[in-house]
Amino acid sequence: MTSLFLLQLLNGVQLGVLLFLIAAGLTLVFGIMDFVNLAHGVIYMVGAYLVVMFAGMTGSYGLGLLLTLPATLVIGLVLEALIFRRLYDRPHLDQVLATFGLVMVVTELVKIIWGQSPLSILPPDALSGSVPLVGALRYPVFRLAVIAAGLAVAVGLWLVITRTRIGMRLRAGATNRAMVGALGVDIGRLFTVIFAFGAMLAGFAGAMVAPILSVDPGMGESVLILAFVVIVIGGIGSVKGAFAGALLVGIVDTLGRSFGPIILRAVMEPSAAAQTGRVLAPMLVYVLMAAILAARPQGLFGARP
Amino acid sequence: MTRWLMRRRVAAWAIFGGFALLPLVAALTGDPYLVVVATRILAFAMAALALDLILGYGGMVSFGHAAYLGIGAYAVAILSRAGITDLGAHLGVAVVAGAGFALVTGAISLRTRGIYFIMITLAFAQMAYFFFVSLSAYGGDDGVTLTARSTVLGQDWLADDRVLYYAALAMLAGLYLLCVAITGSRFGRVLTGARENPLRMQAVGFTPFRFQLTAFVISGAMTAIAGVILANQANFVSPSYMNWHRSGELVVMVVLGGIGNLLGAIAGATLALLLEEWLALFTEHWRLIFGTLLILVVLFSRDGLTGLFRGRGK
Repeated sequence: MTSLFLLQLLNGVQLGVLLFLIAAGLTLVFGIMDFVNLAHGVIYMVGAYLVVMFAGMTGSYGLGLLLTLPATLVIGLVLEALIFRRLYDRPHLDQVLATFGLVMVVTELVKIIWGQSPLSILPPDALSGSVPLVGALRYPVFRLAVIAAGLAVAVGLWLVITRTRIGMRLRAGATNRAMVGALGVDIGRLFTVIFAFGAMLAGFAGAMVAPILSVDPGMGESVLILAFVVIVIGGIGSVKGAFAGALLVGIVDTLGRSFGPIILRAVMEPSAAAQTGRVLAPMLVYVLMAAILAARPQGLFGARP
Repeated sequence: MTRWLMRRRVAAWAIFGGFALLPLVAALTGDPYLVVVATRILAFAMAALALDLILGYGGMVSFGHAAYLGIGAYAVAILSRAGITDLGAHLGVAVVAGAGFALVTGAISLRTRGIYFIMITLAFAQMAYFFFVSLSAYGGDDGVTLTARSTVLGQDWLADDRVLYYAALAMLAGLYLLCVAITGSRFGRVLTGARENPLRMQAVGFTPFRFQLTAFVISGAMTAIAGVILANQANFVSPSYMNWHRSGELVVMVVLGGIGNLLGAIAGATLALLLEEWLALFTEHWRLIFGTLLILVVLFSRDGLTGLFRGRGK
């Protein structure tokens, strides 16, 4: 039981760091430009498809990943220049509609290019197999690598945000965009950088889960909604909040799915417990969000509602 | 203002008259499929109308209204499976369930504003979506096929597509009149006032929250009725009714028709569904074209779609 708990905890952390990679870009764009981007999830999906394609072309997952990063960065730059740049000063409703249209377009393009059926890709040889953790418990090396990479990015991002000039501008921009603009910072260019960087992080997340999950045209959506939940819980514009929220959501979701039925079995018969657990588990994170919002409408680390 | 009311009355007669004559046109042209499509349009028009009530008049951009479509549809599926086939019962349960879900999620969502509100309604709709996806007793992801339509007074009148169509039309007309009454009432004016300036409404002595929540609940219940019609039309219910794409399409319909303009919601739903049907004739990838059009319209109409119409609700 303890080792199962540890296993699921690791899975939860792994989901958490992936959600963080997606939520980080989303929350900065929200916080600084007050821009709602429903299309962020499809970039994650495109990242996963690209790594499958590039790995197929080069014969190596690592090379595929190296090519996917600049590719998603470029996609981010292009989308920003073509579409998002024109929407900064528009009402939220316009941003929602345009990015919703973009979700439709990208999803259909992916279906046209790569087909409807799920694709899969193996983890690189160097990271396949599993390592012993505690006692008889073994854990796949690749999943550990995902956790490590995600945490490394989180630390890197934290250093950039707290220790560099651009990070200073990001924090200031998230607090008061108009003031930062008045002080002579080119907010438009700042946004281009954040947006492209956020797209790359989402693409990175997609590329890393490709060997774990199946790659299909619907994969961006569930993740986007979970990333929203993460941001709402953490507080819009706060990267610290996104990190805390992502880990919380990842762990609660994973543990709820695996231990919900077990706990329910204590109060009801096994088959009913299994069924109830299956139904309730996916709702757990939303209940968590509702509870946190009921107490703090602005989220855990949010400045204002 | 009276001239505007007059024009609205004429437009309403034109729209509802056109819908009333449509089965005749279908019979004359020998195209029964027209009635099927039109029933879908009526159902979505109800949902768009309901959404416009809170989006256009209350300024609440709910991005999760598809959840109520699904709740209404599942009310039909679950009751039918239990042997209760009466339309009245289906509608009653759908309305109560829709209102209940709206009351709970609305109360939480309305603690927030703007972009938070959009995302939270979206998240709650996903919660409902996943609930039904994992409900294996009712087919889970695959959904349920209904063996028969709802009955009225024990009779299977709705089995005829045209009867179902007129029943839907009558409901849409009823809901439209309800919305006209609501928006013209003191309640509606407080709602609009709360959209424009909640602080001032508070200062005058109203509690915006209560009015907004009431409107949200009414809207949810109305959308659940649309779900009942949709389930009957398709004889099929699945979680895909609650997919967030559907919520997005509902918002598109309202905005397309002009927000804060009840007839516009009906027109927008008609336009959007006809466009979908038409594009689908050419390619299975119609979403590619629909999405591109959506982006282009938002980008290149000067103030976006919303700016084309009066009463923008941000």
